[in-house]
Amino acid sequence: MTTPLVPNLTLHWDDADSHTLTGYQRHGGYSALKKAFTAGADGVIQIVKDSGLRGRGGAGFPTGMKWGFVPQNDGKPHYLVVNADESEPGACKDIPLMIANPHSLVEGVIISSFAIRANHAFIYIRGETPHPIRRVRAAVAAAYQAGLLGKNIQGSGFDLDVVVHSGAGAYICGEETALLDSLEGRRGQPRLKPPFPAVAGLYASPTVINNAETIASVPAIINNGADWYKSYGTEKSPGIKLFAVSGHVKRPGIYEAPLGITMRELITYAGGMKSDLPLKFWIPGGSSVPMLTADHLDIPLTYEDMAAAGTMLGTGTPMVFDTSTSVVKAVIRWIEFYKHESCGKCTPCREGTYWMVDILKRMEKGKAQLSDMDLLVDISAQISGRSFCALGDAAATPFPAALKYFKEEFEEVIKMAGAQA
Amino acid sequence: MTISEQTKIELRELMSRYPQSRSALLPMLHLVQSVEGYVSQEGIEVCAVEVGLSTAEVSAVASFYTMFKRYPVGKHHIGVCTNSMCALLGGDNIWRTLSKELDAGHDETTADSMFTLERIECQAACTHAPVMTVNWEFMDDMTEQKAAQVVSDLRAGKDLQATRGAKVRTFKDVQRTIAGFDDGLVDEPSIDASMLAGLNEFKNSTKGGK
Ligand SMILES: Cc1cc2nc3c(=O)[nH]c(=O)nc-3n(C[C@H](O)[C@H](O)[C@H](O)COP(=O)(O)O)c2cc1C
Ligand code: SF4
Ligand code: FES
Repeated sequence: MTTPLVPNLTLHWDDADSHTLTGYQRHGGYSALKKAFTAGADGVIQIVKDSGLRGRGGAGFPTGMKWGFVPQNDGKPHYLVVNADESEPGACKDIPLMIANPHSLVEGVIISSFAIRANHAFIYIRGETPHPIRRVRAAVAAAYQAGLLGKNIQGSGFDLDVVVHSGAGAYICGEETALLDSLEGRRGQPRLKPPFPAVAGLYASPTVINNAETIASVPAIINNGADWYKSYGTEKSPGIKLFAVSGHVKRPGIYEAPLGITMRELITYAGGMKSDLPLKFWIPGGSSVPMLTADHLDIPLTYEDMAAAGTMLGTGTPMVFDTSTSVVKAVIRWIEFYKHESCGKCTPCREGTYWMVDILKRMEKGKAQLSDMDLLVDISAQISGRSFCALGDAAATPFPAALKYFKEEFEEVIKMAGAQA
Repeated sequence: MTISEQTKIELRELMSRYPQSRSALLPMLHLVQSVEGYVSQEGIEVCAVEVGLSTAEVSAVASFYTMFKRYPVGKHHIGVCTNSMCALLGGDNIWRTLSKELDAGHDETTADSMFTLERIECQAACTHAPVMTVNWEFMDDMTEQKAAQVVSDLRAGKDLQATRGAKVRTFKDVQRTIAGFDDGLVDEPSIDASMLAGLNEFKNSTKGGK
């Protein structure tokens, strides 16, 4: 049986005013807020725990559990920080979400802040994207005007201020602790963990950092209940997700579906392969996770099944490449990206990405030797697990992953270019 | 140019939005860039005084972020995404076309100060590849022809609409939006077929009488 699409966050994107308060409220927007106030803070955390919602920023950490780590009655201010820095190559779901449905994010921010007892929330939006910045700023302003933000929201006694913040072009600021440093007005470099942000985050106070899609998913869960949410997806990966399918398909775009849908189904929904060329490889969720091939099209897109297949669901934004693609070129551009974005704090990542790009460029120019492939594998191994943050591990991912399936292609490029030179 | 009293008031307004004023530093540098077209030494000094840091500390922050430019940016900033997805779907050709057309390389400004060209990283718009930006507004689903047309329209001073975003203004104007000041352009239509791909598919299948 085919997995059906389930528009939830995307259901009203074809309304001309889907981004406005009126548009959002026409379809029941902000009704979850009242339910949240009735359920109480602990009640909300429990519902989110029961729903099984997992973080949509890449790692899939259970959201309710994360909220539960925030100390209670510690006398310190608590903060909610929304990670809307979307910059991972392939990831393109949070930006459209903020353009089309910014109020789902704002309502999610209010409910989530209420749950973790935060009176201050920040939405950290990628700086290079003025349109979502406009739309989220306007949504926040409208919410203030309607008494949905500010003091004593809807007579609940709960106060919340929300600041919409712009980044300035640094992928590493998507890493949650680097994001906090950046939000404090510093260079965005990762912090040592522990202490974890739930204990000492923004301004050394307890802080929850969640992805924009994670937070925007909360209102529907409160409205319809944990059981409703769990009725989609699998036991370990419950719920609905935005899948942004890009690349060589006829209709690239946003497809909202239960977790557990397969790549074959998504490609079918997307109209099939673009020029009817066969698929060569695909990546389930951003350039930081290993690629798969046509042999893996029927594996459910869940956290656990992707892990079993040797990759990760990541951001859940599959990139599809047909046989016209040079895997060598794709890999070079990704590794150049990691080199460019390495924050320079630790040596394996800073130096390793430099050397990898150097060798790959040599390969492109026809000056590489077959032994350079071993060198690249070796450098990847030296970076992986030895870096300060996950960007290093990500940089060490594309080459070995590509080599697993396309070793001959790398060899050919080396030999052919060598012949040309 | 000098940072006016009015700008200083706005810098303080940005600081007042945060529990700790240093948190406003990135938006403040965006605002400086909206006034000067780049992060000038004077801009750094003013931010340092306002936030209570040394100029070295503010410089260290500014130099970390690629959006902050050390030299004046042209009237329009043109970005061409050449990360893997866009590159493979035509972004490399668009880059070559524009680089030739403008006679400018990466991070270079044309002699008439009209354009600054930059190779940019994945713009979170791979579903719309190949992607170009004009003053950071999306120009989705580009071709070499469309990209060249965008440049010639900008040269001719014609009105231009971003694909998912507002009407095209100048780099400085958009920097002000990014700094966190309203521009009245929030309602411009910006939902396209790719964003509705799944929803349309869903509606077609349910309409099909299941
Ligand atoms: C280099 C790097 C970049 C990241 N970029 C993002 C990002 O843009 N958005 C995001 O939500 N998470 C990003 N993450 C993951 C965050 O560190 C964090 O896990 C996430 O925001 C937690 O939210 P979630 O539990 O709701 O997924 C990134 C991680 C790394 C290592
Ligand atoms: S792994 Fe890379 S990005 Fe992460 S801290 Fe080290 S140098 Fe910085
Ligand atoms: S690769 Fe160009 S927008 Fe993602």
